[in-house]
Amino acid sequence: MSQDQTQQRSVFTDAIKLSRDTGGAVAKGDVILDVKDLTVRFWVGKEWFTAVENMSYQLKAGEVLAIVGESGSGKTQSSMSLLGLLPPTGRATGSADLKGTELVGMSIQELREVRGNEISVIFQEPMTALNPVYTVGFQIVETLRTHYLMNPSAAKERAIELMRMVEIPEPEDSFNKFPHQLSGGQRQRIMIAQALACEPKLLIADEPTTALDVTVQAEILKLMRQLRERVSAGIILITHDMGVVADMADRIIVMKDGQVVEHGSSHDIFNSPRHPYTQQLLASVPHLAVGVDDSELAGPPNTVIEVEGRPVPLSSPRSDGEPTLLMEDVAIVYPKQGRRPEFRAAEHINLRVEQGEVVGLVGESGSGKTTLGRAAVALLPVREGKLTVAGHDITNASLKELKPFRKTVGIVFQDPGSSLNPRLPVGESIGEPLLLHENLKGAELSKRVEALLDSVHLPRSMRNRYPHELSGGQRQRIGIARALALNPKLLIADEPTSALDVSVQARVLKLFKELQEQYGFACLFISHDLAVVEQVSSRIAVMHRGHLVEVGDTLDIVTRPQHSYTQRLLSAVPVPDPEEQRKRRELRDAIIEREHIVS
Amino acid sequence: MSNDQYNDKNIPEDADRIEQALPDAPPHDTEIPVDTNDAGEIAVERPTQEAEDAYGRGEGVGEEMEVQGLSQGQIVWGRFIRHRGAIFGLVTISSVFLLSLLSMGIGPIPGLWHVQDISSGDVVNGGRPSLSIPGVGGATEFAIGPNPFGQDSLGRDYFAQVMTGVQTSLLVAAVLGVVALTIGVTIGSLAGFYRGKVDMALMRFTDLVITLPVIVLGAVLGALVSRLPMRIGAGPELTQSIRENMPVLLAVALGCILWTGLARLVRSEFLSLREREFVDSARVAGASDWRIITKHMLPNAVGVIVVNGTLLMSAAVTLEAALSFVGFGISPPNISLGFLISDNQGAFSTRPWLFWWPGLFIILIALSINFIGDGLRDAFDPRTKKIPSPRAMAKAERELAATRVNQQSKEATR
Repeated sequence: MSQDQTQQRSVFTDAIKLSRDTGGAVAKGDVILDVKDLTVRFWVGKEWFTAVENMSYQLKAGEVLAIVGESGSGKTQSSMSLLGLLPPTGRATGSADLKGTELVGMSIQELREVRGNEISVIFQEPMTALNPVYTVGFQIVETLRTHYLMNPSAAKERAIELMRMVEIPEPEDSFNKFPHQLSGGQRQRIMIAQALACEPKLLIADEPTTALDVTVQAEILKLMRQLRERVSAGIILITHDMGVVADMADRIIVMKDGQVVEHGSSHDIFNSPRHPYTQQLLASVPHLAVGVDDSELAGPPNTVIEVEGRPVPLSSPRSDGEPTLLMEDVAIVYPKQGRRPEFRAAEHINLRVEQGEVVGLVGESGSGKTTLGRAAVALLPVREGKLTVAGHDITNASLKELKPFRKTVGIVFQDPGSSLNPRLPVGESIGEPLLLHENLKGAELSKRVEALLDSVHLPRSMRNRYPHELSGGQRQRIGIARALALNPKLLIADEPTSALDVSVQARVLKLFKELQEQYGFACLFISHDLAVVEQVSSRIAVMHRGHLVEVGDTLDIVTRPQHSYTQRLLSAVPVPDPEEQRKRRELRDAIIEREHIVS
Repeated sequence: MSNDQYNDKNIPEDADRIEQALPDAPPHDTEIPVDTNDAGEIAVERPTQEAEDAYGRGEGVGEEMEVQGLSQGQIVWGRFIRHRGAIFGLVTISSVFLLSLLSMGIGPIPGLWHVQDISSGDVVNGGRPSLSIPGVGGATEFAIGPNPFGQDSLGRDYFAQVMTGVQTSLLVAAVLGVVALTIGVTIGSLAGFYRGKVDMALMRFTDLVITLPVIVLGAVLGALVSRLPMRIGAGPELTQSIRENMPVLLAVALGCILWTGLARLVRSEFLSLREREFVDSARVAGASDWRIITKHMLPNAVGVIVVNGTLLMSAAVTLEAALSFVGFGISPPNISLGFLISDNQGAFSTRPWLFWWPGLFIILIALSINFIGDGLRDAFDPRTKKIPSPRAMAKAERELAATRVNQQSKEATR
């Protein structure tokens, strides 16, 4: 550590800074940013739309300020206006004082000296924020050499040092790698290294872990906690995830509709929220294993796990009825395309979903959970094994044979923006399965469509609207109504709530449970979020790299996981409670240390 | 500052309260104000103050205000008519079309111009245009005269010839557009939708067609039109009708080789559309391939098709003129703008107006169609947004500030 610092002195501190140094060096506890009455407006149509109104706060060096709120609350725009990164129709007024320099209304030339140097940003999606045609090393060096007079070798040395600081494995090798050669977590680490390159006074992290899997998120959060001890920057953390906030923040600003509705210390906001919006926001966040009695955990855990090459066996039938979904040693393979070899997305899958049962399927991105869901509705062919849905063997069925099968399944997609045809009124989208299978037309069809809209609690008049006029939650309700149009026996819900805000998610989940009781369909509920799955399902299957690793009762999975991967997954889920999260964090960091994971 | 927005009147409420307040079934088809953020329930009843406090407004509200209650087509149309270039193009091309139609008529219906039968006659005033516009060439008053565009060396009225040429050019552009659109969209959508071997076969066929040179095709067609009637031993009437329909034949032939660019664009559009989830969901609903292509994918590709169709048509106008100029396109008894230029080549130094008028109309037509295509592209592309001028924004800012001050002073007096 000390050696690190002497080395740093030699290359970095000797470099001559080209860009202006605003306000000189900072010490912990200095006020570095003083925002007063910051207002951001956008020109929409023929009037000014207020995105952020009269926001005021102070940020001290070494402090983490979390700005939370749902989409559209203005949390991102308020911070981007500090950097002058508003779209051309945007205007910022008020004052933002960075150590004696006024940021609002600064000219582009001056701003350019501030950006990346005094203020830097960690963006949400590292794949799109890094330029794919340059090596990651080059991109860090570029930032350095923009603001410092450094020769290339010194800059490289400093870049490697930074990469070591963010725990990139083999930084000398990784220096010459392109973004696509690194994993998502490593890319985000590079983004952090780049952001820290010039030792900024202010670091804006815009949803830094939203695009990452929970286990990777846990590692990035661990890294950011370490870094905040080492750098003297003030951090603004923009996020909608109360778990991340609980993990990181010292102070919290809650925003709603462009207004600050509550502002206080992390402890106060979590323990005694005063504004109804904050209370609602906290109440909407799903909690893991709430109200579990010790008596319920008396018996041995009812889960089966994968052991060294032996796949999870098929669970024994729970009722005499025919299972709605039965996968026996199923493998799904994406065929070879050009020079890309074939990819076995899922292998040796044994899964049984009984009639009227909701089974959660949990895993990280790329684990093959969506692939399984798509195979179950015959959107993907099954290479090996046998797949039966409600008595139809669809393993090798032809298109014609599939037609009667289509009536028994429905699917709700992840992205409500993409799953509805933008050119059709939503009523027509809902009515399509009815038109195709039951040949309903005219008044009969509209009656059924209206009944479906009623059942998802949407006004009937909405049938004539187009998807772009609806909000995300409304679109997802339309998606559910369409999936239920034919009263299917099996519903595949592929991350139905992951694109929604927490409060909307809570309401959609409630609706889902209600509909499940009403219609009695069996459901494979796919999600990356254990807390969401826990709310709706009676059993959970955990997937990892194309294999099921653990299948068992929901309660046992969320309280007594047996497989090491499930344990890691569970410990990585941040909980929206600072005290509880501190305990979990220690456990989580221990697991990360134990397994020496850097992803 | 910390809690100044906080209002003590708000009783802490459970988020589920609103759900429970719901009546069992929403009322009948009455227009209900729908809260853009809310996932539905609140739409039934205007939310109470507490409910409004507990929920945010949701994403993209600002943008939604612009598109409220409009279908996709209406939005595109709204953006199109705000595009100045496109409206200029639309007005110009319709006036050119109307002018030619009114003056020369169409088919057997005669027009209003005094020269309906283009024949040679006396050259008046050296064939100079009789059109005079105040301020141009020392003219003092506006007059059309007997030969506004002048006469050619045989004393034929040039206005009548140019107007007939405009009709031919527009006809060629329209027919070519329709033929190329039909072939291109069919091939492109089949290739993009089925991929694999179908795609391979269709795209290699497309590559083959791209290699066919347009000039050779024009030459072959010209030769065929003159020789084919003799070969098949057709009577004079058939020969005559083939000759007279030369522009249509040329347009069809050109359309048959110019669809390639469109096919490639439609294919790539389909390749990305077929990955969209609404296509999957239609498939799960049991829709046939035909239904997916026509009902779900084509309407979404219509932007690409319309835009490139118009650009193709403007290219067709100049292509026809160029082909006719080199003698491979339209030949007598038909008249086209390119043919007029090539026919009067020798007289350019002595009678330059013989060059100006057809040239002017070629430019007007091609430019207008191009502008329309440009306007359509901007209208269909959701990413293009009109950015108001800094002046308009500054004005709005001042107005807003003024209303603020007013409000504040009102509150103060109260």
